[in-house]
Amino acid sequence: MTNAVAAVLLLGITAYAVFGGADFGAGFWDLVAGGARRGARPRSVVNHAIGPVWEANHVWLIFVLVVLWTAFSEAFASIMLTLFVPLSLAALGIVLRGSGFAFRKEVTEVSSQRNFGVAFAVSSVLVPFCFGAVAGAVASGRVPAGGVAGDRWSSWINPTSVLGGVLAVAACAYLAAVYLVYDAERVAGPDLEEYFRRRALVAGVVAGAVALAGIAVLAADAEYLFDRLTGPALPIVVASGLAGLGSLVLLARRSHRGARLLAIGAVASVIWAWGVAQWPYLLPESLEVGEAAAPDATLATVLVVFGVAAVVIVPAIGLLYFLDQRDLLDPSESERPPPG
Amino acid sequence: MTRHPGVATYSRPRWRSDTPVIPSAGSQTARVRPASRTSAGSPCQRDSETRATGGAICESLAVGGLAALAVDPVPWARAQMAFTLAAHIVLVPLGVAWAFMALIANYRGIKHHDADALRLAQRWSKYMAVTFAVGAVTGTVLSFEFGLLWPNFMDRFGAAFGIPFAIEGLFFFAEAIFIAIYIYGWRRLRPWPHFWTGVPIVIAGIGGTLSVVAANAWMNEPGGFTLDDAGRVVDVDPLAVIFNKAMPLQSLHMLVAAYLVGGFLVASVYAGAMLRGRRDRYHRLGFLIPFTVAAIATPVQMLVGDQLARWVYENEPIKFAAIELVPETSRNVPETLFGRLTADGEVKGGIRIPGLASILSDPTQGTNTKILGLNAFPEDSRPTTREVNIVHWAWDVMVGLGTLLFLLSVWFGIAWWRRRDLPRSRWFLRAAAGAGVASIVAMEAGWVVTEVGRQPWIVFDHMKVEEAATGNEGVWITFLVVGVVYAVLAVTLVLVLRLMTRRFAAADAHAEAGGPYAPRQPLPPPPARSESREVRAP
Repeated sequence: MTNAVAAVLLLGITAYAVFGGADFGAGFWDLVAGGARRGARPRSVVNHAIGPVWEANHVWLIFVLVVLWTAFSEAFASIMLTLFVPLSLAALGIVLRGSGFAFRKEVTEVSSQRNFGVAFAVSSVLVPFCFGAVAGAVASGRVPAGGVAGDRWSSWINPTSVLGGVLAVAACAYLAAVYLVYDAERVAGPDLEEYFRRRALVAGVVAGAVALAGIAVLAADAEYLFDRLTGPALPIVVASGLAGLGSLVLLARRSHRGARLLAIGAVASVIWAWGVAQWPYLLPESLEVGEAAAPDATLATVLVVFGVAAVVIVPAIGLLYFLDQRDLLDPSESERPPPG
Repeated sequence: MTRHPGVATYSRPRWRSDTPVIPSAGSQTARVRPASRTSAGSPCQRDSETRATGGAICESLAVGGLAALAVDPVPWARAQMAFTLAAHIVLVPLGVAWAFMALIANYRGIKHHDADALRLAQRWSKYMAVTFAVGAVTGTVLSFEFGLLWPNFMDRFGAAFGIPFAIEGLFFFAEAIFIAIYIYGWRRLRPWPHFWTGVPIVIAGIGGTLSVVAANAWMNEPGGFTLDDAGRVVDVDPLAVIFNKAMPLQSLHMLVAAYLVGGFLVASVYAGAMLRGRRDRYHRLGFLIPFTVAAIATPVQMLVGDQLARWVYENEPIKFAAIELVPETSRNVPETLFGRLTADGEVKGGIRIPGLASILSDPTQGTNTKILGLNAFPEDSRPTTREVNIVHWAWDVMVGLGTLLFLLSVWFGIAWWRRRDLPRSRWFLRAAAGAGVASIVAMEAGWVVTEVGRQPWIVFDHMKVEEAATGNEGVWITFLVVGVVYAVLAVTLVLVLRLMTRRFAAADAHAEAGGPYAPRQPLPPPPARSESREVRAP
């Protein structure tokens, strides 16, 4: 049962990366879209794309936190204790991001829109960086178990953590760009479709380059992880690379739906490679999954809740996306003329 | 590799261990924590074998003053948690109750072809989008704070405490999904299917409130778990955790509060508009729907509150002694309105109503009812004198404001019964305009009663707040940053909501004059060299 719950945790992280990560990435493109005039059209595509879905996407983060603190409390406590700084930054960024985005939609003055936009966009880069750094800190064994805090700064400012952070931002940007190509095609026009397609290609290449460079970083900085990544987790790593490459090829050939699927596959594979590589540790090399696990009844509850989520929530998410993709959800003007 | 052997026994907080962590292979950078929480040592000190790259950064930041201050983190952690909870709880009633009120308007709008009601529902959806977003992110911060501020608590009791949150997560997920469908589906979904997408929001709001307060209730009445000799949770009964002894009444009390506060808060805005001369049907309806919800919720809340108070008398005598300001066990205890407890255990000041506290606690025994006093309990297990006074005053504020709101509801009820209209007096609208803030104050006061009244325990009889807190001396920094950010957020939220109101009012004025609705923001035209395909405005 412990392994099943660990898998559920990893699934949650994957879902957050694939759904919430795309939202973060959309914020990245919002940030680099340029000045108020030049960036207006790309920003409107971003608004349109993530407007209805961003809140639901970020509930996966709550899911991950709850599963971690319920089923593997000691690991949760240790991570929170050591990585106080990046997690506090992430929490603050989440507040600024959500409120900035919600406020921006309702103000009409360009200067206000710009201010909220900056809050939204900057935090959209800060938060995934912090989460990536946290992942890197955990993966490189810098979070000690046993109730003692690791170093507050060097635990997340070190080669592996910085790699994790940069890779997270790049992957989010890439995922978002691939999704936005599809959205731009639907709601804007071929020029914006091309705009995002080009950026998706660049982001994909950058993400791939970072991942490749990461190999060298991990070899020097995180021995356990590197050994496992080049050992048992190697097939998954290779799959990720192939999926990433494949999605770039499909993008170049304007096969956008396929590109999306393969991009998701690439990001998901990276996360599963990380999970498999870290196995059996939650905190390499001081806390194993089995040691940190809660009593059986708690684990069973988590599995039951996950089961209910799979049966009730996942279809609901499907409904949300279905309605959104069919343009039945209109994020701009939502007033219907009153009945005659 | 086995776990670190420094597991302390139940009575000794593990986190204050002064034994060094066994460094493992690799570039781990463990550090020795200062033995005393309030030691003046630099947080950058570490034993000689673990000097790491971060050390230089840490030292320079310490020199810069950022991390140097060795400040006791416990009061800051408390302050930050209280502050962020108090902020989040204002938005919760809006998230829970506004959807219900919007559905009432929505139903009226479709069923009775009521254009005003429909427009109200649509406008409320837009306000809800903004307030729900802020509510969601402030709630996310709380999830982080469980770990950032109270890591020991989560470590020891996460396996039990986390269970209600797992349930709440399901409800919150459903809420986020369906609120998006409802808010954004106005234009293109057909009326009745669209209406039904709002119903899961209401159900999820109820379920989420009940489950999250079940977690807080568990802190007051911990149950459903077994501890081993070392104080670790080794067995859990999930249903007993969720449906703990305090849960039914406490959860119900907060659920009704959500509808009470949500109703009064929304109604108060329309009451203000009506006082400023906007007496059209739209504003009247905007007042009547939420006010009616609140006016029904208030007497229900009085009943639930009375039951809960009696329950606290029977089951949480320490908290009750603080509430009623009872220093010594006695019978024929007076009800003291305000007043305070002095350091030597005397009640000074206030208005005393003889025997009333005893009568209310157990009407069957009347003034003979015995109420346990604070000194029946060990000093380190009960709130301090200062905390007792805070609890007592908060209680009086809550009951006092609650009673005033009840009278306001009765006033409304009588007028409606007699003339199917609001009371004619302008004072009614003035009171209603103030009822929004008053209900928020009452709710916050209630939370102060239950949280401060539980001190010094974080899990009653099992773990003290100071054991649970992080040892991180930088908490004062995050508290100040959070304070500033939340203050800016609150002001901005109010400004944005007011901006939206002005835009809607302008649109309505325009519509009455025969013009279009508020100007849409079209997509700027594509550059000239684009293809012939028409750009569709969003």
